[in-house]
Amino acid sequence: MVHFLDITKEHCPMTFVKVKLKLEQLAAGDRLEVLLNEGEPLSNVPKSARQQGCKVISITPDQPPFHRVVIEK
Amino acid sequence: MEQKLSIVCFSGDFDKAVAAFTLATGGAATGRPVTMFFTFWGLNLVKKRSGRTWIGKGLLARFFNFLMGGPGNVPLSRLNFGGVSPRLMRGMMKKNNVATLEDLIEAAKALNVNLVACEMSMNILGITLDDLLPEIKEVIGVSTFLDYSRDAQIIFI
Repeated sequence: MVHFLDITKEHCPMTFVKVKLKLEQLAAGDRLEVLLNEGEPLSNVPKSARQQGCKVISITPDQPPFHRVVIEK
Repeated sequence: MEQKLSIVCFSGDFDKAVAAFTLATGGAATGRPVTMFFTFWGLNLVKKRSGRTWIGKGLLARFFNFLMGGPGNVPLSRLNFGGVSPRLMRGMMKKNNVATLEDLIEAAKALNVNLVACEMSMNILGITLDDLLPEIKEVIGVSTFLDYSRDAQIIFI
């Protein structure tokens, strides 16, 4: 199952806090697509996801300055 | 396992509390076991009642607790202007989509940050665990805090 989370309006630390809390709700094997800003969220969200034992499937540029990060739990 | 983080929340100032909870939630969200130890003025941040109330054992304690209030009326460390500035600051934070102190406290609870309170300060102020948020898991002394903080980064705010 693929879930979606938009954190483009969030700032540190709520960017990766919201991703962490969302990932906790997911079942193993579920995917989370995160729409986020470049800069701090783009560098920290994938890192935080990996630290939680999740797999970062892809990081794709969207309409500037946004990116889409797909994470598998 | 990521390195542990322990934060001594001594200050009851709004801006310092935002800094403490930002560090705590950021640490917890990146996999660090985080403990927040609330002592002296910091206890105001985790009182169950948001505003000024006459809690405490004894007349002087009740008077002190009333003056100090709860998380809803903590002052700015500078330019407080009689409590007007924290209200303005909350408005600015919301307008700019920055997490408010209340948002950060809720996030800390959701992230299972280990929230503990200082036994000595609570004795001075005559308050009990019932006066604090239900998420305050324990009332502990410095020795237990140091045990929890073994191999941790300790930050004093």
